[in-house]
Amino acid sequence: MKFRTFAAFVGPSMFLMLLFIAAPLVGVFIQGFYVTQPVFHTVEVESCTPGFTEPICVVEERLQQRIDENGKAVTKTEFVGLDSYRNLIEPERAWNAIRSLDISDLLVIDFWKALRFTVTFTLLTLPLVVGTGLALALAVNSVARAIRGQILFVSLLPFIVTPVIGALSIRWLFIGDGILTAFLEWWLARDIAMFAQGWTIEILIHFYRMWHVAPFAFIVFYAALQTVNQDTLESAVVDGASWTQRLRYVVIPHLMPLIVFVSLIHLMDAYRVFEEIVGFSSQAHVISLQWLTYDFLVPDDSGNRAISRASASAMLTMIGIVILLVPLLEKTWRDHRAGLS
Amino acid sequence: MKLNRKGRTMKLFNGIAAAAVALTAGGAWAGCAFENTVPLKSLSAGFQAWKAVTDAMAECGNVEAELDQEFRTKQPEAFAAEPSLYHIGGVANMTFSTLYNQGTIRPLDDLVAKYGQNLKENQLIRVDGQVWAIAMMVNAPHLMYRGDILSDLGIEPPTTYDEVLAAAEAIQAAGVVDYPIGGTFKTGSNIGLQFVNMHLGFGGEFIDSDNMPVINSETGVRTLEMLKALTAYMDPEYLVSDSTYVQQQFQQGKIAMSNLWASRAGAMDDPNESQVVGKVVMAGAPVASVRPASTLWWDGIVIAKNITDEEADAAFRVAMEGLDAEMVEGDNDAAIWLIEGFNPTRFAAGAAATADGGALPYPASPGMNVMFDVLGKGVPDFLTGAKDAETTLADIETAYLTAAKEAGVIQ
Repeated sequence: MKFRTFAAFVGPSMFLMLLFIAAPLVGVFIQGFYVTQPVFHTVEVESCTPGFTEPICVVEERLQQRIDENGKAVTKTEFVGLDSYRNLIEPERAWNAIRSLDISDLLVIDFWKALRFTVTFTLLTLPLVVGTGLALALAVNSVARAIRGQILFVSLLPFIVTPVIGALSIRWLFIGDGILTAFLEWWLARDIAMFAQGWTIEILIHFYRMWHVAPFAFIVFYAALQTVNQDTLESAVVDGASWTQRLRYVVIPHLMPLIVFVSLIHLMDAYRVFEEIVGFSSQAHVISLQWLTYDFLVPDDSGNRAISRASASAMLTMIGIVILLVPLLEKTWRDHRAGLS
Repeated sequence: MKLNRKGRTMKLFNGIAAAAVALTAGGAWAGCAFENTVPLKSLSAGFQAWKAVTDAMAECGNVEAELDQEFRTKQPEAFAAEPSLYHIGGVANMTFSTLYNQGTIRPLDDLVAKYGQNLKENQLIRVDGQVWAIAMMVNAPHLMYRGDILSDLGIEPPTTYDEVLAAAEAIQAAGVVDYPIGGTFKTGSNIGLQFVNMHLGFGGEFIDSDNMPVINSETGVRTLEMLKALTAYMDPEYLVSDSTYVQQQFQQGKIAMSNLWASRAGAMDDPNESQVVGKVVMAGAPVASVRPASTLWWDGIVIAKNITDEEADAAFRVAMEGLDAEMVEGDNDAAIWLIEGFNPTRFAAGAAATADGGALPYPASPGMNVMFDVLGKGVPDFLTGAKDAETTLADIETAYLTAAKEAGVIQ
């Protein structure tokens, strides 16, 4: 292909990627080094608040924001270097905890606590999602054609449900004396509180994610199963290959590129786990990196947002995803090179 | 067949539309002294008192009321926009100090002179001589307990937190309810306020005159330990329990005592929701060691600055209709109204006793807002056992210093 034709094809999408992906990334990167804050001064004022019968008036010194002549609050922006990153990961405290091999000391720092959960969540749900998706696909592929449509539809339902709504509905099944908690209490004849400790919430979160995402893996694998070479399968049967051998040497190699694809998508999605934390309001026990970023952006009662720390947290999340993806991307690259030569 | 179905759908749709029109037509300025023609929007909290007030405002027509428990975090930016996204803001003392500080609300002296004949002096929130907000009600968390259970077991109504723990122990032993105590301990603002109330009750302070944190003290440790002692008698899912959840547990007879907002008292006798009508007694907030572990709050309205004078005029007039004696008459028990015509019933007794006991107004200030935020995030680490008391308090102070520096409160 001529370079000009190539450029004409690729140019528009390159431009859009620069505009919508690269530019915001650079923006966030820069924001991590600056802090914008209102300017305060101390004034002495008399203020009155209502009592039960008579107003209570006090004269006090109070901080007041400076307002300029246009009635706008004055703000100033300062370069803070790596302060936001330092406040986020607390390197000295973390290093001390690591050196003394005290994991619980490390996990009381928000960032490390979030990282611990995010990584275990990502790595645990990956085999669960891929495995369940594959099992579902194989099962549906072998049921009678007549009911396949209905089964497909039902299996896809969890994927269609909006994540937060799905998480909330599962929460209501289990919180307090929710239906399923009540059932478990009756069945096991003991008191159960699913939201009282971290590990039960984590189980719910993992289960929820598997329930929600497995249909995606399922539909991809199911589509690929339709293209497995039937001649190869038949000759395998003739050669006396068992079901597991056929699966291992014919079906799985055929599905491999898609397994890599589903894993890539899932790693990226799972590392950004967020809805589950909100839906299960688990922040006292379990938090994720994405939730931490969000939490920095939630304004306090003065309307302050920790935008600088949120940017730092977002950058670190992105770096984390890249590190996770490297092995898979490297494999794809090697396969690609092997295909070329 | 197809046409038929479509016809039926249309009919149904028309029916709904007609019903909606009838509702609006019936509702428009039925109970309002004038017809409002300026489109107005309000943003306030979502509890019963605000429903009563915004419904009364809506009777004037053209008022769109948004009731949202997250109003605190939405209001500062919504009011800073030009033009402001809302005309009328429902505020509590915490939000008011922020809006006033940021200069996004207007002084109301002229409007009070024009339309505020029925306001009492006690309702006017003055800063530096000017009126900036109109208060409508006072609120305070106070003790609610099941009178029947306590008298059955021969327990004196508790007045201190040590007595609360003793009473809880006795109720637990008797096994008459699921959990002796209900606590609004949800991570975030709920648990933050619990700490603030208890800490003030033990005579503690949060920040000094230079806005530096002073919670890492013996009082701070006592506060945390008392909160933890209370959780032993609570539903183990206390870290996800907010006011509404605890109110429902009370109404369903699952708990026997709780420190709840006065504005929730009326709901205990709502026959549609409550199974414990007439059984819940309102008492003053128990004393921690120095004063009742509670804070006094007021709720009221402000008018945005970044709107036209014409809109402000209409907004204030509509607000006055919302805060009139007629509204109070219709919903007397929804709150402890400051408005003319309020008739205090037994539901107001708890808040009044709390105020008489010497509870302080919530100490709103820019530094305290930061402190409140980090307390809400930091205290659960002690309750879950992830950190000991000293580490928890030291970490909260560190978080405060970081956030306060970023917010410009300290240098």
